[in-house]
Amino acid sequence: MRNLIPRVALHVFLVLLALAILTPLVWMVLVSLMETGESQREPPPLLPQKPSLQQYHQLGKRLQLTRAFGNSLVVATGATVGAVLVNALAGYAFARLRFRGRDKLFAGLLLLLLVPGQVAMVPLFLLLRGLGLTNTLLGVVVPGLASVFGIFLVRQYTLSLPQELLDAARLDGASEARIFTSVALPLMRPILVTLAAFTFIGTWNDFLWPLVVLSDDELYTLPVALATLSGEHTQDTELMMAGAVLTMAPVLVLFAFLQRYYVRGLTMGGLKE
Amino acid sequence: MKEHQAGWLFVAPALLLVGLFFVLPVVVGLALSLTDFDIYGIGDLTTVRFVAFANYSQLAGNPLFWQALKNTAVFVLLGGILSILLALASALALASRLTVWPSFFRTVYFAPVVMTLVAAAVVFRYLYHPDFGLLNRVLGLFGVSPVFWLGDPRYALLAIILLATWKNFGANMVVLLAGLGTIPESLYEAAKLDGASAVRIFWHVTLPGLRPTLLFVSLTTVIGYFQLFAEPYVMTGGGGPNNATLSLVLHMYKEGFRWWNLGYAAAVAVVLTLIIAAASTVLWLVQRKKA
Repeated sequence: MRNLIPRVALHVFLVLLALAILTPLVWMVLVSLMETGESQREPPPLLPQKPSLQQYHQLGKRLQLTRAFGNSLVVATGATVGAVLVNALAGYAFARLRFRGRDKLFAGLLLLLLVPGQVAMVPLFLLLRGLGLTNTLLGVVVPGLASVFGIFLVRQYTLSLPQELLDAARLDGASEARIFTSVALPLMRPILVTLAAFTFIGTWNDFLWPLVVLSDDELYTLPVALATLSGEHTQDTELMMAGAVLTMAPVLVLFAFLQRYYVRGLTMGGLKE
Repeated sequence: MKEHQAGWLFVAPALLLVGLFFVLPVVVGLALSLTDFDIYGIGDLTTVRFVAFANYSQLAGNPLFWQALKNTAVFVLLGGILSILLALASALALASRLTVWPSFFRTVYFAPVVMTLVAAAVVFRYLYHPDFGLLNRVLGLFGVSPVFWLGDPRYALLAIILLATWKNFGANMVVLLAGLGTIPESLYEAAKLDGASAVRIFWHVTLPGLRPTLLFVSLTTVIGYFQLFAEPYVMTGGGGPNNATLSLVLHMYKEGFRWWNLGYAAAVAVVLTLIIAAASTVLWLVQRKKA
């Protein structure tokens, strides 16, 4: 009983904060189920009078958000597969293979974490233009494949794997490639799932870089298409809310499944010294 | 294949990609900021001239740059403090033994972190609508007359700060929760045996124990908030009203990719990088001094 007052105060805070977080989202879904113009009547309704998927049909037909959805899927999947491959190889080598200059090289890479991406953006655009990659989906994917953060994440995890297993395989005469694919990779699975979740969600959500690279609206990723549409259709609130739902839903579903891994990736960077 | 050969082979793809798509552009960016690279330069490289620090002096004389710098600084300072305080408060609440369903609340608070910012900005733009927006309707219940959130230069930046806090505090909260978990339970028990109050325990056990985590959280928040772009791009049509929400990255984007003043845009990016480096160093030094 002594704890009653702090306990009530604590839960009032938690519930109010949860309401503040959830209200915009619930409202987004409710309005996306309304008829066109319904949200701007006087007085504005809170619930859709006749809930329908009309707005979602509109999106599919008129505004080609479905194509943008496909582009986003291609870009995020491609970036994920590529990033896992490249960063797994490098992270494993930095943790487990002895070669000259390794530690200095790794320290040099870590320094790059301090440089914000924007300073590379203008030259990167010109470089991709020279390579003929502007206005292609490949141009969106390629610069993000190798990431210092990804290499760091994989290395920290791989350091904790038992060295005896690798040595045993080496004694048995297995090649380094074989040791990596048959011994190390299966053990690295948890961190690779973490990295995959990070990369997929990060690429799906990215806005500035695809906006810079893509000029053809048939190639737009979902965030770019949504931003463009919402600029043109400021009055179609119900339609824009449906577009927002369509943009957010896949990452929320993915996150629901991979929550454990995603949060671990986030905290790993912050706690390991 | 020897182990050291394999080592180099394994890191080669990553090094090549980082070198080509990050290190090289950063170096070229520095060089580019000293040229008058513009739309003609894209067509014909021979028109590009070395102009030394002309872009930088032009930038220093451009009121838009100073406006963007001021807005960004306010955003970083106010948004950063709000995001970290809310994260700290919610992490402490979730770590309390009195809380029921901590994992439910944690998931709710974290959900906005993984959501697409552009979609969140579209939703918030509607939330802030002067006539039909939910925020004004809720405020109206308390007798507050409608506020033109995104159309009034006094409130537009504040509206963007609220969105950013809503979206981001969960990431800091999760890291702080993990940090709270590393503080040894025995310290709390010892403090309780000594009869310390909750406030004293917070000041003398929790805060010192959290210091490294707080440094990490404030560094990532400050670095991230300096890169403000999508929120004003989507919510205020590119920095309005009256440039009240123009940010440094938005200024760079407009000059570079709308007006194709690529040399000038590169100079803005270099200045942004220097500011971020300076801010990170200051934060790091302040924290180290205290430790």
